[in-house]
This record gives sequence, structure tokens and C-alpha cells, in this order.
Amino acid sequence: MKRIRFWGTRGSLPVALTAEAVREKLITALRGASGRTFATERDLDDYVRGLEWHVAGTYGGHSSCVELETGDPHYILCDLGSGVRPFGQSVLARHGAASPQTYHIFMSHVHWDHIMGFPFFTPAYMPGNRIHIYGGHAVLEEALRRQQAPPFFPVDSSALRADIEFVRLYPGTRYSLAGMDVTLKRQQHSGDSYGYRFEANGRTVVYSTDSEHRLDDPQEIDNFVEFFRDADVVIFDAMYSLAEAISVKADWGHSSNIVGVDLCQRAAARHLCMFHHEPASNDETIDRVLADTRRYEEITRTGAPLNVTAAYDGMEIDL
Amino acid sequence: MQYSSRRFADVVVAAPAGRIDHANADEFSRALAPELDDRENRGALLLDFAGVDYISSVGLRALMVAAKRLRADQRRIAIAALQPIVREILQISRFDLILDVFPSVRDALAQLSMPALAAYDVADKRGPP
Repeated sequence: MKRIRFWGTRGSLPVALTAEAVREKLITALRGASGRTFATERDLDDYVRGLEWHVAGTYGGHSSCVELETGDPHYILCDLGSGVRPFGQSVLARHGAASPQTYHIFMSHVHWDHIMGFPFFTPAYMPGNRIHIYGGHAVLEEALRRQQAPPFFPVDSSALRADIEFVRLYPGTRYSLAGMDVTLKRQQHSGDSYGYRFEANGRTVVYSTDSEHRLDDPQEIDNFVEFFRDADVVIFDAMYSLAEAISVKADWGHSSNIVGVDLCQRAAARHLCMFHHEPASNDETIDRVLADTRRYEEITRTGAPLNVTAAYDGMEIDL
Repeated sequence: MQYSSRRFADVVVAAPAGRIDHANADEFSRALAPELDDRENRGALLLDFAGVDYISSVGLRALMVAAKRLRADQRRIAIAALQPIVREILQISRFDLILDVFPSVRDALAQLSMPALAAYDVADKRGPP
């Protein structure tokens, strides 16, 4: 495992930056630049790099899609949210349309935000491409084909000319897939979701999204600690605050930044990457949650430091 | 974790001490259970956290369960005398938005019940039992 690249990080529904939000970013940046001079492009670049992320950047708005790079020539993805559209375009730009590729796609579940990008995944329409879609749900193929059936979408799934294979996986089995050791874990979410633990080249990445953690079930908490054990990166559903996740949004199937830190600290994981951001949260809110979470990690730390980040569309983590 | 409780008029002041985490959150819940199950008592539960130096997500859940139970019985719950670290944990987890937080036990009693405050002041002058 060499790298993680995020193509979609938003939960539940894609969102877009509004004109008002861009205006606020510009005003904040210009106010901060007042009285300063920028003699070179480098000066400008340094100034922009020094701004907070919610001013100089954005977390983005595509729904779940994460790429794992192992160094092998095939492509590995987790989920087919709207982020798979720019992923597909980037592959085509890199190789051209005439060069068939192989894709291995691991599905957490088939809720709409995790499959909605597939009809816009151009490589799926191109003969010669091979697409292996893995998941724990029996309805995987049905869900992907049904969303392209009339009247939901103008292009039926019969137009998909790639060689597409659906493979059902089961928790409790260690699979050797796409050059990785893969195990999955059933998670609490409406209709179930599955988390994945990927191990390759001495590196471990856990993808655990759309997962509510029952804090009244110590055995299940321990099971997650073992699932996250010694992971280099845990990509974690941190959609809500803890107070929301166990009160007004209990049983909504999502977790919190606090539980993410607690589980990763107990598991001696090295990096918690908060994921599946609440669509109602703007960049400033996510920045504040990130700062809070880093502080929580600091004041509760008993062992080695846990690196805490918030995923954004386009973010890369080198392993 | 240690735990003690005292009654001042219609308010029970529960005072856990030490860490409340995955290792002893159940113990904390069991300690609180008699206060939650006491249907005769219509008064408030005040958690004196002066002795609590850490609370994890599992411990916070125990607080949430207690709050839900008491509110279902139209009883109040409040928390007082937080150590700085615990205050930060409540802020970061947003629990400070769903629990009434007070700087001291006396401040909390002044809001919860005047008879309880009077009883507390008498006991305070008399010293510990």
C-alpha cells in the first residue's frame, strides 16, 4: 500500500460550494493580506498556504469514493459515490480511452450516496475494461442495475460494456484480492454496512464508514478495536458530534469524532482520518471539528500520538 | 472509580471520582441506578464531578442514559465542578449543550432547589459527617 487518494468525502448527499461561501473566503483572505506586498508568485503562494483550510481551500462535496494505491497496475476503490466520476475522468486522461484497465471496487453498502456515481463512471461503458465489485450485500448487483433502470436514469445498465463481475464477500474470512489481504466487518447501519481492513506491503488501511457504534455493547466495541488494531490509517465515519450520535441522531447509523479517537487510541492506530462529513457542515465547521478532535486526542492521549485529519476531496495520504 | 452520594432536601448530589472510561463505565451506571430508579424522589440529580479527572465516550453515554431516564420522569439533571480537562471533553463532545453545567455544587443547587441549597449550606457549616 503506497497511497490513499480521496475522490469523495461527503456523507449522505453531495454538496457544492456556494457563491456566498466563496465570497466569504475571498473577503477573509483579502482582509488578512491588508498592508502586505507580494513581490513574487512565491510570496503569494506562501501567503495562501498559511491561511486556514476553510479560507484557502474546501473540503469538497462529492459523496464517498476513496482510491487505494498499492503500486500494482490495477485500480482499487472503496465505494461508488459521486466522487467516482472525476476518478474515472482522471484515469481516462492518464491512459487514454484505448487502454483497458482493471478496477477492484469494495462496497460498504448500497445506499444511494455510495452508488450514485456509477452511472457516471465512464470506464464502465467501455469494452475491454474489467471491473470487480466486491461487497457483503446480496443485493449489490441488483442495486447498481436498478438505479440505471427507467425512469431513474436515461442509460440502462445494458449499455455498460465493461466486463463487470460482482463478488459477494463474508465477514470472518481473510481474502486475497487485488494484491491485498482483505477482511470485512459487518457494521451497524440501516440494512447493514461493511467495513474493510486492507493489508499489503506491511501497511494497513481500514475503511469504516456508515457505522454506528453501540457504546452499550462492550464486546462489539472490543471487536472494532481489534478490527482497527495497529492500522496505519483508519478512515472513519465522524459525521456527528457524540452528543448528537447518541441522542437525537441515535439509530441514524453514523458515528462521531470522539468515538473515532477512543477506538483508534485503544487500537494503537496511527492515523484517524475523519470521513463522511455532514452535508450541512461548511468548511469552517469541519475545520473547527478537526481542531476540537485534535485537542481531544491530545488531552486523552496515553500512548503514542494519533495523527488526526479530516478528509477532503483531492487529499492524498502517503503510507 | 470511587462513588458516593448525599441528599440535600430534594436533590441527590452524586460524586464519582477517578476515571470513567470503558473499564468502569458499567460500574458508574450501576452506582447511578438507585438514584434513577427512585420513583419516590421527584427531585433533581446533581453530579459533582470535582473528583473526576477523565471521562470517555462510554462514560458520556452513561450520562446520556441517566439524563434520558430522569427527563422522562420530569426530573432535572445537572453537572458541576468540572476539572478543566473534563470541561473540555464535554465541550468537544457537545455534551455541554444537552446538560446543565455549573461551576460549583453550590451554584448548581442555587438553580435547582432553594431547600437543597439551604440544607447544603447548613451541612457545609457543620463540616463533613
